[in-house]
Amino acid sequence: MMLLGLWKLTWIEIKIFLREPLGAFGTIGFPVLFFLLVGRAANRRLQAPAAASSSFMRVDLPVFASLLIAVSAVLSLVTIISIYREGGILKRLRATPLRPQTILIAHVIVKLMLTASTLALMVVAGKRYYPAGVHVPLFSFTIALLISTWSILSIGFLIASIVPTARFAQPIGAAILYPMFAVSGLFVPIQSLPPVLHAVTRVLPLTYAVPLLQGIWSGDAWSTHLGNVAALALVFVAYTALSAKVFRWE
Amino acid sequence: MLLRKKTACEKQRSSMCLKLPDSIILRTIVHSVIQVSGLRKTYGRTVAVEEVSFEVNDGEIFGLIGPNGAGKTTTMECIEGLRKPDRGTISVLGLDPFRQIYKLQHRIGVQLQEAQLQKRIKVWEAMDLWASLYQKKAVDADHLLEQLGLTDKREAWFMNLSGGQKQRLFIALALINDPELVFLDELTTGLDPQSRRAIWDLVCNIRDRGKTVFLTTHLMEEAERLCDRVAIIEHGRIIDIDSPERLVGRHCPERTVIVATDDPMAEERFRSIPGVDAVTSTDMRLMIRGRGEDLVTEVIRCLSENRMRVTDFRTILPNLEDVFLKLTGHSIRE
Repeated sequence: MMLLGLWKLTWIEIKIFLREPLGAFGTIGFPVLFFLLVGRAANRRLQAPAAASSSFMRVDLPVFASLLIAVSAVLSLVTIISIYREGGILKRLRATPLRPQTILIAHVIVKLMLTASTLALMVVAGKRYYPAGVHVPLFSFTIALLISTWSILSIGFLIASIVPTARFAQPIGAAILYPMFAVSGLFVPIQSLPPVLHAVTRVLPLTYAVPLLQGIWSGDAWSTHLGNVAALALVFVAYTALSAKVFRWE
Repeated sequence: MLLRKKTACEKQRSSMCLKLPDSIILRTIVHSVIQVSGLRKTYGRTVAVEEVSFEVNDGEIFGLIGPNGAGKTTTMECIEGLRKPDRGTISVLGLDPFRQIYKLQHRIGVQLQEAQLQKRIKVWEAMDLWASLYQKKAVDADHLLEQLGLTDKREAWFMNLSGGQKQRLFIALALINDPELVFLDELTTGLDPQSRRAIWDLVCNIRDRGKTVFLTTHLMEEAERLCDRVAIIEHGRIIDIDSPERLVGRHCPERTVIVATDDPMAEERFRSIPGVDAVTSTDMRLMIRGRGEDLVTEVIRCLSENRMRVTDFRTILPNLEDVFLKLTGHSIRE
């Protein structure tokens, strides 16, 4: 009973998403394009053997691009939730037997499916120019990315709770989410950050998502990353609980 | 419960709903479906509604009328279970709307003020989604769309519908679970007169199918045409509740009759009619002011008894607008 209408609502939301070509392109196209352009540029600059051995090309770029996918999915969730709230759509849906959590879960499913299909597109498109993903455990990596996305989505709900109007949703969301990459450990090791920032990273999902994705991409076993998965789950629970307190439906 | 006779509303398109004489209402056993008592709701320091109490009877169209910001929507949303009252008790179909909202939602239909749907959702998809949400077997969605004149808009996106079409879709969604009680909040605000009339007919139809309608409006004409009973609300408090006719009779008993006649004795004769307060004349036109429902009859009797030649005859009757003005000291539009 709790999830009454979930599949129908999810299916409708997928169709609605695809009916908005610009939004669909922005969310799917941008990370894929980024991946291809950086990959090609780096490949040209480096000699082929160097490219293959560079850890940036082998691991960090695909992980970075994948996380971009996750973050742009989260950003699109923030935007949609704030538009729905401002337009009274959330309120209208709540005045039916649909449970509030059903509405949110439908959007999470749509975003996870979006993330998975964008990742698939990136792998397919990348293969032509970029030999890095030959022996990658794609299935495990997809699961790892979905776990990471799920965790980051909880921050999305928190942002969606605080943005005042739909107009500010995109810029505020971007201003909070993208700087997280700087302290994600992807570019600068977390250990070398100032102590304050170091402390901040402990509550950010990217801190655990980056090593998880790097590890799974490089062929690590899941058992070596249980700590990261648990941390991502903990982050999810914490932010979800927090946003449940402050979330506004109208 | 169809204790009350069906009205001839369908046949009288674009004319007003036929309301039942008070005597019939009194003779039926009145059974209330909404009971509100001592409702209070505040937003921060603003008191939205205070000490609001009323009952809505089964099978009637009940209107909550008042200017914007009077507390109509707050009251309605508390009754729908969407807001938690600070004080007071509400019972809807025997349920507590806030605590038993999911149980209640299966039995009511709701149209919210200025609601929106997803911009690119199609009309049929919205109907399909709504229909899937109710335990009770939903009414035939296509038939409902046809009744509401939306059949050729089945495939249209919500954003491409006109204001009237959107409102009709919201009515369709409110009716899809064949509810016992329908809530309509500012249903015709922003619509052109033609769409407004079409929607009034639809609302009469809902009542004629034995359902109870609870509506809010700041349009006095709408309340007069649709409602069996109205509650006048201002600054969060209910000022009076009754049928529009009785409210007018109670608060505005004044009647005015205008007669154009060249009879030299006319003014004098009219003055002697019981209940007449004043007669003024301008250009062969006599304005007879008085009070009481019999005034018009008495004027006509006087005209016929004296075989007076009349070239024009008009009555000016007070309406809910005048009642509101009288009770609050200002017009509802202010």
